[in-house]
Amino acid sequence: MSNKQLMRGSQVIAEAAIRAGCRFYSGYPITPQNEMTEYMANAMAELSDGTFIQAESEIAAINMVLGASSAGVRSMTSSSSPGMSLKQEGISFLAASELPAVIVNTMRGGPGLGNIAPSQGDYFQATRGGGHGDYRSIVLAPDSGQEEADLTRKAFEYADKYRTPVLILVDGMMGQMMEPVIFPDPIDPLDLPPKPWILDGAKGRPSRIIKSLILDTREMEDHNWKLARKYENIAREITTAESYLTEDANMVVIAYGTAARIAKGAIKRVREMGLKVGLFRPITLYPFPNKALLEMSRVVKHFLVFEMSTGQMIEDVKLSLEGRGNVHFYGRPGGIISTPDEISKEISSIYYRQNLEEE
Amino acid sequence: MKQIFQKPKYLKDAVFHYCPGCGHSIIHRLVAEVIEELDIAEKTIGVPPAGCAVLAYDYFDLDMCEAPHGRGAAVATGIKRTLPDRIVFSYQGDGDIAAIGTAETIHAANRGENITIIFVNNSCYGMTGGQMAPTTLLGQNSSTTPGGRDSLRDGSPIDLSEMLAITKGSVYIERTSVNSPKNIRKTKKAIKKAFKVQMAGLGFSLVEVLSPCPTNWKLSPVDACKWIDESIAKTYPMKVIKDEAGNID
Repeated sequence: MSNKQLMRGSQVIAEAAIRAGCRFYSGYPITPQNEMTEYMANAMAELSDGTFIQAESEIAAINMVLGASSAGVRSMTSSSSPGMSLKQEGISFLAASELPAVIVNTMRGGPGLGNIAPSQGDYFQATRGGGHGDYRSIVLAPDSGQEEADLTRKAFEYADKYRTPVLILVDGMMGQMMEPVIFPDPIDPLDLPPKPWILDGAKGRPSRIIKSLILDTREMEDHNWKLARKYENIAREITTAESYLTEDANMVVIAYGTAARIAKGAIKRVREMGLKVGLFRPITLYPFPNKALLEMSRVVKHFLVFEMSTGQMIEDVKLSLEGRGNVHFYGRPGGIISTPDEISKEISSIYYRQNLEEE
Repeated sequence: MKQIFQKPKYLKDAVFHYCPGCGHSIIHRLVAEVIEELDIAEKTIGVPPAGCAVLAYDYFDLDMCEAPHGRGAAVATGIKRTLPDRIVFSYQGDGDIAAIGTAETIHAANRGENITIIFVNNSCYGMTGGQMAPTTLLGQNSSTTPGGRDSLRDGSPIDLSEMLAITKGSVYIERTSVNSPKNIRKTKKAIKKAFKVQMAGLGFSLVEVLSPCPTNWKLSPVDACKWIDESIAKTYPMKVIKDEAGNID
């Protein structure tokens, strides 16, 4: 019998979180990700050691996660774009206090209230820290139901290992789409390694403090550099990207999440036409897979960045390429979902304009 | 030589940074004494605020988790729900709890979170230099209410404790002061009861303490204590606001 289950993306992430040993979730209703909150409400209710709280606000939800995380439990909250703006205060405090947490952003059209259609407009907010101060969050961008399950497991591992907030960045399409998924085996939270820094009452040990206030400027500087070194380690250890049909490619599309799924369809089409085009798909958006991209620029001279925004990841692409190669851009913001046909036309138009068929 | 007075066991050997005549040092002491007398230090987690008491973790020898400004009740909720058998308290000023943290506080009370809040009301934003707080009295001078607080321009002092008492989840709410030895003893009794309410698992408890701020009130410490009786207590009377716990000794 197959272990495959057909599930909606939002529910896949929720189920994968439970299986990763997440036992604390607080959230606030917002479309298009309510299925995740509702799934967590029901799943936690069935667990003897699970807590679900429908918070009074996004701000309260993230701060409840901060408290729960300081008490040692694997903790999660989720939202969509406007709600993520409100959570940034707490994410900055989590990063500063070196507390693990997993935060899911199912992006929708923006800015402002925008709409509830799929978008990738929160790339900057996610990958640049988002809140105030000198910090980054790990950002994972799955492009399928299966990868949502796998990366959710990883998100909790990374959060605990590096003691830092981890964002899972998807969009309304990834959240709503139903796909078959094989889940990893569930983890019993009691089997997770103990955390020697949690606050559970100073019994038989000195009292502990979890805080972010560092008034002494030299100590603050030390803390900033400590975080920076942590981000360097993270970049060395977890940076991931998928390369698809890039071996012989003389043009590479760069896209993540839903946009990458669409781009794959487009690449299959243009391959049938004989165009040597591949896909580079960052899976970690922070840390960005800059080295792999720079390496690729030794042979590939034309890159097409495709985003469901007016162009945000393109800045990381240009930084990674250090001026090598030509970077083209195609974007559809506002909740528009391009078709593979539309992207294949964009690819072939650049391909022929640049005379790449002659290479 | 007989020792007749000593530092509470759960205050660290640190010198308070508080201004002369400030109530925080006394209130810290009372909380530490209560925790020692109830023998709960090894299972207590405190949540200090942003504001004058932001460094409370440098004074309490307890596990302490700093909360962002106003979020004490939400952070305490996360800790308490994760570790229901521990004792969790937040320590918050009037700006923290009654302005920027109003939503977190009211909803924690409404959920009946089994936590204790020490709410220190000095009728101003002390740390930032004496700006108007939600609790600033009508006519009271502050650095942002030239000519005194005007209800039409600035709104009126908010009765947060009374608002919290309306919620079904709150069990015990009392307003006291530390402006006299008698009131200090009453405050300690109230704090002890609030912790006992939590230990008995009854629900949300809060003690609002009217606390002198001589620096920002521009009064001597003695006059600041008098001013609490003469002015603040007229708007914020010291009393048991809600008690559904009864005698839990």
